Amino acid sequence: MDKPLIQVKGLKKYFKTPHGMLHAVDNIDFEISKGRTLGLVGESGCGKSTTGRTILRLLEPTDGNIFFEGEDLASFNKSQMEEKRKDLQIIFQDPFSSLNPRKTISQTIMEPMIIHKLYKTKAEMMEKVLEIMEIVGLAERLVNTYPHELDGGRRQRIGVARALSLNPKFIVCDEPVSALDVSIQAQILNLMKDLQKELGLTYLFITHDLSVVNHFSDEIAVMYLGKIVEKATSEELFNNPCHPYTIALLSAIPVPDIHYKSNRIILKGEITSPIEPKKVCRFANRCEYATERCHSEEPELIEISEGHQVACWMDVVEKNAKK
Amino acid sequence: MNSEKELILNIKDLKVEYRTEDGVVKAVNGLDLEIEKGKTHGLVGETGAGKTTTALSVLDLIQSPPGVIVDGIIELEGKNIRGLKDKEMEKIRGNDVSMIFQDPMTSLNPVMTIEDQIAEVIEYHESGGYKEAIKKTHEMLTLVGLPPKRGKEYPHQFSGGMKQRVVIAMALACRPKLLIADEPTTALDVTIQAQVLTLMKNLRNQYDTSMLMITHDLGIIAEICDKVSVIYAGRIIEHGNLVDIFDNTRHPYTEGLFNSLPNLKDRKAKLKPIKGLMPDPTDLPTGCPFHPRCDYAMDICSKAYPEKQYRNDQHFVECHLYNDDNIEKGGLIKRG
Repeated sequence: MDKPLIQVKGLKKYFKTPHGMLHAVDNIDFEISKGRTLGLVGESGCGKSTTGRTILRLLEPTDGNIFFEGEDLASFNKSQMEEKRKDLQIIFQDPFSSLNPRKTISQTIMEPMIIHKLYKTKAEMMEKVLEIMEIVGLAERLVNTYPHELDGGRRQRIGVARALSLNPKFIVCDEPVSALDVSIQAQILNLMKDLQKELGLTYLFITHDLSVVNHFSDEIAVMYLGKIVEKATSEELFNNPCHPYTIALLSAIPVPDIHYKSNRIILKGEITSPIEPKKVCRFANRCEYATERCHSEEPELIEISEGHQVACWMDVVEKNAKK
Repeated sequence: MNSEKELILNIKDLKVEYRTEDGVVKAVNGLDLEIEKGKTHGLVGETGAGKTTTALSVLDLIQSPPGVIVDGIIELEGKNIRGLKDKEMEKIRGNDVSMIFQDPMTSLNPVMTIEDQIAEVIEYHESGGYKEAIKKTHEMLTLVGLPPKRGKEYPHQFSGGMKQRVVIAMALACRPKLLIADEPTTALDVTIQAQVLTLMKNLRNQYDTSMLMITHDLGIIAEICDKVSVIYAGRIIEHGNLVDIFDNTRHPYTEGLFNSLPNLKDRKAKLKPIKGLMPDPTDLPTGCPFHPRCDYAMDICSKAYPEKQYRNDQHFVECHLYNDDNIEKGGLIKRG
């Protein structure tokens, strides 16, 4: 196994609310090797975006370590972190609200270079901007256009270009294609995959779309209410899902094939409040297999086969593990 | 085609334009749509294809100005409803035809309780008065799986999935003949989407409601619809039943939609996006509007709009690739 590029240990992010502490991210661990993609899936409010932002210290972690190339980002001070941001970038979900409407494409891509004083002359910088625009498939003639003149697909290409402008090693992709039409979504996903191959990028790919994550990621972690409940390679997770939540989630995808017989599991209720959760299984009240133990003790992630971890008390999991 | 099938909605040659300062946006360009009674009809296409404009035209809800229905016939159960007076249209809206909008967060009134909002529709269309309407509202809430006692609460106290249930309850309160659902689950999480789709399926079967399901998700079409129309640049470019569209795809655009989707079975397969972008509706390409993006485009494609070519009773495609001899065989295109 390669040495991980990024390793997250015991990461916690709590928010103070009038009703108590909101446990958005509650003690999660994962690691991503260089050049690989970890997909982080879950439904709205499960803490996946908070995880992405906390890793980059756009939000301050409440507790835990974030090792990047062996150094703990969580211990960095502001100026150290600023320097490090060159290596760690983010692509946001909504290309309509994440771009400055008063900056042209070139200004947007250039801004990080100016902040980090990467180039001495404007000409050098412009050369790099045009190079990046070509890489992400933006025509040179668009160099002075503003975001409102462009469609969603092109705007998201700007988002990708901005993230690439500092030659990062690691990119958090926070639902990068959710706001796009399928034909455009496929264009952007292909682009990101090609870039990964060419530039050796490492991705944390955050999404709620399971078919996209399956296509895009090497490994997948499923989050529920601030916890990772299951983690495995994409193939393993789709072929042999073990956590009842993962199973329900997978069964809920509408499949564009009329011969497909789905065994849909309809979950009762909705995600419960992440404010001051009890030390029990957080999925228990929606789970059809829940027993007394689930309502009284919190399950930890256990490895059931190589690289496949599940946090569940269910016997089925144990039986699966023996298979 | 044939006169035996009973139509709930029949749209013929609908043309809708938005006349803006920047030019005339040709949103719908001669669209034909027939919805049979008791069937669920899927309308699938991408942003800007004219899906929502079509739906709003039926209810005469196109914002005007700038929107104008330029031409076309819209018949509800054989009676023309295009150009009705406001008073008459109001009787149809919510009563004969109702609509579920995409975003449940913005389609409810934030300062009215849930039960009052639903009761308002019933009170307007039925004669029973407020008390009767509230009684019926509670029945509707139970039907969509919400406890009636929560009717006294306000929309902000409900989650996304629950709000969409409220919207569904409201839409079905007067037992409409036709329900138009405009991307009803797009704003919801998958597990909640599954709940809502199941609910809609059950209610549809229970009341035998005809439905127009507008979506960009072919998975939802496969799950809930009987018939499918694929819309591109304001025209139906391919139409048929599920087997026609999913197993005997003919139009290169429909094919492109399928190829753009990640394949759940083969995760390594590279996606094949449709090249280019949706055409600018103020300046549509000549001939077939899809030809600049089409891998199979021929000379004629930029010159003339293709005629409908029928493969069987209902399955047709508007594409120059096909004629009477090769439409059955297909084979010009292979699903990759």
